[in-house]
Amino acid sequence: MMTTVGVELKIDGERAAECLQDACEEIGNFQGEMVLDFSSVRRIDTKAVRALEELASLAQGKGLTIALRGANVEIYKVLKLMKLAAKFRFLR
Amino acid sequence: MSIAEPVPDQVTFPGATQAMSQARIDYLDGLVRQARIAAAVFTQYTQEDVDRIVKPMVVAGLEQAQHLARLAVEETRLGVMEDKAIKNMVATEFVYNYVKDRRTVGVIREFPERGIVEVAEPIGVILSLTPITNPTSTVLFKCIMAIKTRNALIFSPHPMAWRCCSEAVRIMYEAALKHGAPESIFTCLESHDLQDNAYLMHHKHVALIDATGGPGLVKAAYSSGKPALGVGPGNTPVYLEKTADLNMAVVDIITSKTFDNGTICASEQTVVIDDEIYDLALRKFADLGVHICNEKETQLLGRTVIDPKTSSMQPMAVGQKATDIARFIGLSVAPKTKLLIAPIQGVGRDHPLSAEKLFPVLAVYRAKSADEALKVCIDVNHAGGLGHTAVIFSRNDAIIEKFSQVINAGRIIVNSPGSIGAVGGVYNDMVPTFSFGCGTAGGNSTTDNVNIYHYLNLKRVARRTQAHMWFRVPNQIYFNRNAVENLSKLTSHSTVIVTNPAMEQMGHVDVVRRHIPSQTVVHVAVIPDAEPDAKTVMQGVEALALYKADQIIALGGGSVIDAAKIIKLKYESPEADLEELAAPFADIRKRVVEYPTEKINHVRLIAISTTSGTGSEVTPFAVLLDRERRVKVTLVDYSLTPDVAIVDPQFVMSMPKTLTADTGIDCLTHALEAAVSIFSSPYTDSNAMQAIRLAFKYLPIAYEHPDDEEARGMIHNAACIAGIAFSNAAVGVNHALAHAFGARFGVSHGRANGLMLPHVIAYNAAVPTKFMPSPNQRGYVAHRKYSMIADLLGLGGNTVEEKVRNLIGAIEELLDRLAIPRSIATLGISKEEFEGAMPEMAKVAFDDPSWRSNPRMPLVSELGELFWSAYYGRGVLKEAGALQEQTT
Repeated sequence: MMTTVGVELKIDGERAAECLQDACEEIGNFQGEMVLDFSSVRRIDTKAVRALEELASLAQGKGLTIALRGANVEIYKVLKLMKLAAKFRFLR
Repeated sequence: MSIAEPVPDQVTFPGATQAMSQARIDYLDGLVRQARIAAAVFTQYTQEDVDRIVKPMVVAGLEQAQHLARLAVEETRLGVMEDKAIKNMVATEFVYNYVKDRRTVGVIREFPERGIVEVAEPIGVILSLTPITNPTSTVLFKCIMAIKTRNALIFSPHPMAWRCCSEAVRIMYEAALKHGAPESIFTCLESHDLQDNAYLMHHKHVALIDATGGPGLVKAAYSSGKPALGVGPGNTPVYLEKTADLNMAVVDIITSKTFDNGTICASEQTVVIDDEIYDLALRKFADLGVHICNEKETQLLGRTVIDPKTSSMQPMAVGQKATDIARFIGLSVAPKTKLLIAPIQGVGRDHPLSAEKLFPVLAVYRAKSADEALKVCIDVNHAGGLGHTAVIFSRNDAIIEKFSQVINAGRIIVNSPGSIGAVGGVYNDMVPTFSFGCGTAGGNSTTDNVNIYHYLNLKRVARRTQAHMWFRVPNQIYFNRNAVENLSKLTSHSTVIVTNPAMEQMGHVDVVRRHIPSQTVVHVAVIPDAEPDAKTVMQGVEALALYKADQIIALGGGSVIDAAKIIKLKYESPEADLEELAAPFADIRKRVVEYPTEKINHVRLIAISTTSGTGSEVTPFAVLLDRERRVKVTLVDYSLTPDVAIVDPQFVMSMPKTLTADTGIDCLTHALEAAVSIFSSPYTDSNAMQAIRLAFKYLPIAYEHPDDEEARGMIHNAACIAGIAFSNAAVGVNHALAHAFGARFGVSHGRANGLMLPHVIAYNAAVPTKFMPSPNQRGYVAHRKYSMIADLLGLGGNTVEEKVRNLIGAIEELLDRLAIPRSIATLGISKEEFEGAMPEMAKVAFDDPSWRSNPRMPLVSELGELFWSAYYGRGVLKEAGALQEQTT
């Protein structure tokens, strides 16, 4: 499989957890930075939090960085409470 | 509640976690992790979201109330199924009724008049320990509270109530999840290990422990170092007072004490009955199916249901029926006996039944008087029930109030059943709860009925408010030449003219006398020409008393007028303690010491100023010399303000040049300090600016041409106008320094002000080391105010710095023209002497209230530096590196 550099994934607000799980599966194909576009996500559920935890762990293992674009302050606070915020880069 | 073995506390300390298996630790960590994620996700929910979840949970709890009650009785073997079903309904329906319309997300309360808004912040993961006595109702109650407040709960039920509790948690969780709650918002330990609680209590991601149970459990919760809500045991005293509605009281006590077989820890334990109604009360109890024990039966009960070593309840009795307890111990009672009543003669270990009894056994005590009854209730309260609950039946409000004062209980239930009354929402309007806070006496953090607000962190958003300001002046001010003629309009039976010898010699007293109505008896009290001390004041008071004066005319300079103000104060309110009234304060509106408002005499004070500087004729200030301490103390209160001020320049035409200079500089200092004060306002600015303008223009003329009537009149007006300004805006550091220095070295007030003035302006115009808290000002403005004054005076300059520099230059030039000494050193004070006085002077200056309104908050060291600057003298501009640091 080809390795992709600097790809941005759009996270569907209605199925954020599934999209993030997909990202977990595909992270092996990326190099550099993976950008997840959260601009259409209003809220995340417990499954999405677990997927983000896994994603952060996988990225760390592979030396990748993950950026979240357009994450709202409520989601940012959830990540902060879970001590996950420091594991991501946040883009406007 | 307190129950003897074999119902153990769930925690052992310390080191309870040492023997835990890794698998158990992983399991508990997993529970906390799930709860933590749920709590984090829950923070995104709105009020509408949580309210949508709570309602179906309540309905589910109501639907399963009987099922859960049955489970609880089967498992715990305590209580009455029907009563537990009622408790489950109260825990859902009544609690819902309380919480349904309350805001728990975002802004929950607003106080617009105070500019304060309260915003809710969830707590996070809460470890909830639930008791054996009220197992399912407590779970239902806490689940509703947690959802309403967006928190996650980990339940650790009492080991002997685990099945019914986990079923209650399941019912609540499924209802919550179905309506959108985060996964794992409630979890319950799947089995019970004694070490679990210890581990969870210390878990870093558990934010709060909510422990309802025995004293050991509550103590463990509080000892964990985590924030905890621990609600402990009770021992409810009841005072059945002779005015009570006896029929109601007896039924209420039976209802309460037999409810769920007495397992609610707020239920009645010892009823203290007034002698007058004791026999009748017991007959009424007996008529309603209560067995009254004789002495032998009471002793048997005491030996069997209470552990003699620990004074704790025997487990075999807890939550059992009265007939079963009687059968266990071999007591013969009627088949339908509801309750056993045991008369006791005292409280304590020798009277075992005076302890807490969570079963249908009630102690009663015959009291010979209300005094004895209250004392026995106190004894019961202190025998294990501090902070919990107490009950009184009475129609005597005074007795009820007395009871509430002497009994330490978070809930004092009046004319209602203790247990159901304490729960709240049924017999009274207290907050419904299944957790009773017992306050510090009970080792708890609250005396409240624990409720949703204990599951929230409240954030107070406090908006900046502007303090109310004021502008107060005397009722009447007469000014211009011959203004003294207005005295003829002021009627008085007996007037005392307070003045000094010079005024008599100059004929001023005669001028004043001429204008006093002829029917007024006039006396003259001559006081020394110096700042008043306590002796002078008391002599004046004696004169007023002797002549039964109703009017004082203060004729003189600031010292005479100040003396008259204090004489008036002491004459009207002899109890006034001058030393106390001079106590320091930060804000006149919030001062600790209040000036007397009750007066035994009433006297009008008319102030005729014979100098042009202090403004004392319109100010609420009076300076008193404390000869012993060699300090000046400033009295401040608007009640000191003269009623009438007469600003007549004829009295200042003969002022000596030095006095003209000193008092004129005092006037200028008042105006300059009022202009930059943190209490300055457009009202005071208008007066301050005008006074400054008049002083700069006319003071040199009045000094150099003493006969110039216009200049004299204008400076006299300027002093009064500056007085109005600083009466409302106060003064500043300059006055604090001048008071301390003047008192220590006997230098006149105006001259002392002049020695400090350029240095203080440079100081205030520089960037402060410490800003003065000042809600009425937006940013630091002192330097800008000075530049405005420079503009007003036409001093030129293009920048704020230049303008401040020009203002200081103009002041130094004015001081030179008035022959004010250039330095303290030129007064003949040696450096050594000054250095020796310095620590005390700086301390006294810091204690002086004058600087509290200064724009820059002075450090003691800075006061010292200012003193030294004044010592070495003027030339501020040459050394004014500080000016370059000005704010822009």
